[in-house]
Amino acid sequence: MQTLSKERRYETLSYLPPLTDQQILKQIEYMLAQGFIPAVEFEKDPLPNDHHWTLWKLPLFSVNSPQEVLSEIRECKGQYSDSYIRVIGFDNIRQCQTMSFIVHKPGANRF
Amino acid sequence: MVAGSKAGFKAGVQDYRLTYYTPDYTPKDTDLLACFRMTPQAGVPPEECAAAVAAESSTGTWTTVWTDGLTDLDRYKGRCYNVEAVPNEDNQYFVFVAYPLDLFEEGSVTNVLTSLVGNVFGFKALRALRLEDIRFPVALIKTYQGPPHGINVERDLLNKYGRPLLGCTIKPKLGLSAKNYGRAVYECLRGGLDFTKDDENINSQPFMRWRDRFLFVQEAIEKSQAETNEMKGHYLNVTAGTCEEMMKRAEFAKEIGTPIIMHDFFTGGFTANTTLAKWCRDNGLLLHIHRAMHAVVDRQKNHGIHFRVLAKCLRLSGGDHLHSGTVVGKLEGDRAVTLGFVDLMREDYVEEDRSRGVFFTQDYASLPGVMPVASGGIHVWHMPALVEIFGDDSCLQFGGGTLGHPWGNAPGATANRVALEACVQARNEGRSLAREGNDVLREACRWSPELAAACDLWKEIKFEFDTVDTL
Repeated sequence: MQTLSKERRYETLSYLPPLTDQQILKQIEYMLAQGFIPAVEFEKDPLPNDHHWTLWKLPLFSVNSPQEVLSEIRECKGQYSDSYIRVIGFDNIRQCQTMSFIVHKPGANRF
Repeated sequence: MVAGSKAGFKAGVQDYRLTYYTPDYTPKDTDLLACFRMTPQAGVPPEECAAAVAAESSTGTWTTVWTDGLTDLDRYKGRCYNVEAVPNEDNQYFVFVAYPLDLFEEGSVTNVLTSLVGNVFGFKALRALRLEDIRFPVALIKTYQGPPHGINVERDLLNKYGRPLLGCTIKPKLGLSAKNYGRAVYECLRGGLDFTKDDENINSQPFMRWRDRFLFVQEAIEKSQAETNEMKGHYLNVTAGTCEEMMKRAEFAKEIGTPIIMHDFFTGGFTANTTLAKWCRDNGLLLHIHRAMHAVVDRQKNHGIHFRVLAKCLRLSGGDHLHSGTVVGKLEGDRAVTLGFVDLMREDYVEEDRSRGVFFTQDYASLPGVMPVASGGIHVWHMPALVEIFGDDSCLQFGGGTLGHPWGNAPGATANRVALEACVQARNEGRSLAREGNDVLREACRWSPELAAACDLWKEIKFEFDTVDTL
């Protein structure tokens, strides 16, 4: 038997081990295949009810490949390495946000 | 004496067929349409019985009355426009009735049901009658507020995207003190659930009064939210003996800043439910809807009201979540029918599809959608099937499947959350949860001891179908 340790989480996919680049690419590929518009968000000390993290540039309306989104994540990470970074997806037909998953936690080993 | 009617007034019992059976009638876009499954008494011709159903559920009375002469029955009467024998059933008929829009008060689900499933169900010429479906015209839909927020706004409020939500009903369902109850809630939420839920039986009993429960639960929500950094909620049941008491509890829930409350729409009644739903939109609280008593009216195949009708009525009356069954372990046909009414709960436009029990094309004209809640008898091995069948816009509730974990509520919650996210990740990567679901869970067991313990305790199940696409 074990006691569950206290740990801060960052919503969808944050209960999994940190995603590898390959795994991030697959999630973005799915996002693009659904016709969603990807965007990158970052925030230094996010609170649970922070609905908006700061947007990295603009939503990536015209990307054709997951690799382009990954490059943006890398660039964002380079500039804001002390921030949490997540990828979000918009559906302009349903007029809502449809996806969000964490891709970078400051201090995490993997990144 | 009556004057003015051309033929004069003739007293007596009326032959409904002459007035209410009109097979040539083409329903108007503004008509409310209903489909009944009718079983006439032996010897009663189906068209005559069907006409009686149309009459009794609209303008008809068993005998002619002189005041009929003061109105235009053709403008107000319900019309039976189609009668079909039910395939593979003896003496059962699908009866289609069109009702003019003016028969119904705007914004009142109560009024629609009082007509459609009122006196007509006791009509002597019928052996049994079941209301299978209703097509609400857009003109009427637009008079309902519907769900206080709907699926998209709920996600925005809670910051939760791209996955089903996770819940758990706190057990034992009766008998915990408020403080012990709050602890059970805290342990579940800190483990990774989005919501916990009051059991429907819990209102305000001697062992735990409502106000004490609300306060201990709210403390649990705030503590778990601060620790996990994720938004949390607990469906605080405000169902009560009077509307005044219900509203008092809802007001208090708002005062302490809780995000979601709960109501039992069928035992509480549609009028109370609609009042509460409107209040919830005005005050920014989400509304979870339980469905106690539904099986009393929807379980018999030949008599009562099908659940798809109750679900549609609830969507109009208002609720952000509604229990809809789990589907897993059911027969193919039942699964198709369940997915049919799940569509009717959350989609904006649903096409007629008899194989899924959808008798009419329904246009909701942008009325918000209701999130289906799958709850009861499910555990971690069901996760791949549930994610595949329900998709992201659903709430999966593991009661025993969380609290029954050998290490307790928090690890039980983590096990379910890990299983859920592993399934979502695998699905997005293009893996088939139907074929590889169990492998996905086993892989996650390697790094999640909480999930491994859960997978050991409950028995692995096998998907009994390939994909939902085969329906």
